[in-house]
Amino acid sequence: MKFLLLLLTYSGLSFCQVPYQRILAADSEPGNWLSFAGGYQAHSYSALDRINTSNISDLRVAWMYQIKVSHHFETEPLVFDGVMYITEPPSDVTALDLRTGRPIWTYRRSLPKGVIVCCGQVNRGLAALDDQLFLGTVDGHLVALDMHSGRVRWDVEVADYKQAYSVTAAPLAVKDKIIVGVAGAEYGVRGFVDAYDAKTGKRAWRFWTVPGPGEPGNETWSGDSWKIGGATTWVTGSYDPEANLTYWGTGNPSPDYVGDDRQGDNLYSDSIVALDADTGKLKWHFQFTPHDVLDMDANQVPVLLDAEFRGRPRKLVLFANRNGFYYVLDRLTGEFLVGKQFARQTWAKGLDDKGRPTWNPEAVPTAAGALVYPDDDGTANWFSPSLDLKTGLFYQNVREKGAIQRLTREKPTYNPGRLFMGGHRLPIPGEEPWGALRALDWKTGETRWEFRVHTPPWCGVLSTAGNLVFSGTMEGDFFALNAVSGQLLWRIQTGGAIWANPISYTSEGRQYIVVSAGSTVIAFSLGQ
Amino acid sequence: MLASLIVACSPMLGQSVEPGPQPKATAADLAQGERIYGTECSYCHGPKGEGAIGPTLAVPAIRRAPTDQALFQVIREGIAGTQMPPSTLPTAQIWQLVAYVRTLGHVEQSRSAGDAKLGEQVYRGKGGCARCHTIDGRGGAIGPDLSNVGARLDRDVIRTSLLNPEASIPRDFLQVQLVTKDGQKLTGVRVNEDTFSIQIRDLSNQVHSFWKTELTELVKEPNRSPMPSYSQALSQDELNNLIAYLESLKSNL
Repeated sequence: MKFLLLLLTYSGLSFCQVPYQRILAADSEPGNWLSFAGGYQAHSYSALDRINTSNISDLRVAWMYQIKVSHHFETEPLVFDGVMYITEPPSDVTALDLRTGRPIWTYRRSLPKGVIVCCGQVNRGLAALDDQLFLGTVDGHLVALDMHSGRVRWDVEVADYKQAYSVTAAPLAVKDKIIVGVAGAEYGVRGFVDAYDAKTGKRAWRFWTVPGPGEPGNETWSGDSWKIGGATTWVTGSYDPEANLTYWGTGNPSPDYVGDDRQGDNLYSDSIVALDADTGKLKWHFQFTPHDVLDMDANQVPVLLDAEFRGRPRKLVLFANRNGFYYVLDRLTGEFLVGKQFARQTWAKGLDDKGRPTWNPEAVPTAAGALVYPDDDGTANWFSPSLDLKTGLFYQNVREKGAIQRLTREKPTYNPGRLFMGGHRLPIPGEEPWGALRALDWKTGETRWEFRVHTPPWCGVLSTAGNLVFSGTMEGDFFALNAVSGQLLWRIQTGGAIWANPISYTSEGRQYIVVSAGSTVIAFSLGQ
Repeated sequence: MLASLIVACSPMLGQSVEPGPQPKATAADLAQGERIYGTECSYCHGPKGEGAIGPTLAVPAIRRAPTDQALFQVIREGIAGTQMPPSTLPTAQIWQLVAYVRTLGHVEQSRSAGDAKLGEQVYRGKGGCARCHTIDGRGGAIGPDLSNVGARLDRDVIRTSLLNPEASIPRDFLQVQLVTKDGQKLTGVRVNEDTFSIQIRDLSNQVHSFWKTELTELVKEPNRSPMPSYSQALSQDELNNLIAYLESLKSNL
């Protein structure tokens, strides 16, 4: 009977199941997970508290779903109306019944031969809008699927995969548009953010993250280097409906490690850009790492917050950067407010009062090698942080690992679809890299506590109203900490590396915590 | 419809290109292969094929590419479900790359000064090597498997390892010392570790597993080795014979 009711509700919503208004009001339905990072503000926070510090020891596996490939399984699921939607590598989608974990439908994409992705043919999630799901693919397409069947409504090319463009991030649904970013900066593509009409797949706007001739910022690239400038957008942005601005982080300039032929700051690489969501026009930008030669992608999700700050209410964006600094900016103007080192770094001597770093010349890669912290995977990366306003803490997984960054003997030359990096890294002899989940005071970036893990993590963080913080490790440990103190409260060995952002939802009155580990989606709930 | 089907099935349209016969590599080809390796491969596989994000290529037999033809295909097609991407390099350059990669991890030994048969007796007897090392599936598992040591290490490295083991600690090898809460002291080699637990193999080949909360001390000794130096323990002849035996080990299983 309960199932029948659920089914009726489900089909009743089928015409316009996830309208824009519903995503806007996502906070009013904490039992669902409607968009990447849990909402437009990207807090990766769940207001559910049935699982909490008093009963966490009863948390156990409720169901598992295994995919059929063994590759980095980086999906962040969406959950609503009794169904979970996951992506599977390389570019597939499966709908899972929430009661049982059993699949309802699967979309399997036929990929052409010769798809080039630097760092794995992965996917990090979907966007939902009305009755459609939106998938970015490693062959550079954006696909709209019927939410109820997984069948293709439309399929458009975002960019040419033969030039090594790919889409790995979850798209972002805003109003009637689907906003999507691209990857490929290790191959000298020119980055951009695109928006497509959700109904037709027609492109509505494009913002080039490397400006062309005549556009402001083009002067920060010497010669024709802008044409192959990188600055890709491979982690989902966030959105402020009131300001109608969407915020996207951008990646490294190309080639990664040699800046000789791209003299200048190389805007808008390693930056955050605030774009008008209707037109794609740039409102402001802030560059974290000018003229980068260490692959310091600012591809982290910008976390939005309205709060009292230094005596007055402000609209802020919080950003724990791959370069080892935590930033607070005014999100209407881009004004720099806070820049605080949160992990070991040696590439910058410090930040000035505008947030601009002073490069340490000894950290610039050479033929002999420069010893640098962090290495080129950074202190943060694509995995999401979590913001808990109750504790006032910004939870960030941190990678503590250095490298000897060395130039290749040959200067890099651009060939479409070929690696265009100019360097490689060597481990620091005797170093055992490690990691930590750090709780930063969001106002200052000061570390309040840390929970140390064995090796540098690739897992996002989820905090919940149950006063808990969840995360995982590359060795397969998934764990829960007390959100205030960082004390370990619960753990399980899942048997597979965890490269994903955890989420939470409710089904039939029970709260679940979900993460993918190895090749498995695991849903945890309290024992009956 | 039929016409489009025929076109779709035509090999001309597919991107799979037959590698053709393998050209004989010249010194110039090897040099060019090394240059290509530096720009295309070294980021993931290490500057000398020692492995990093991708697997070690400096081995006598690459698991995914036991033959040159297979290596060519792996480079051209990539490996699905891994980070190994396909390559758009022209055929001739892929062959140059294949030739260069095959030189990694292959050691051409000159004629040995020792007697391998007598060296095997040293290995099994006086040297006591089999207590810690494996050859063809037999022996201890504390130290590295030596079944193909002659194909991957040159004579000087083998000699150094025997005379001064701590000068060349094998990759991923870590000696640890630990003390448990009930006072038990153990020295061993780390088998595995995560945030909450560690597994070690002690010097008698026994595996122990501990939750870290059960330990009062856990000391990692990255530059230490439990292997003794053979500089005094063996005569010059015995040492040369042992080296000759180790050089002869070239199993590709």
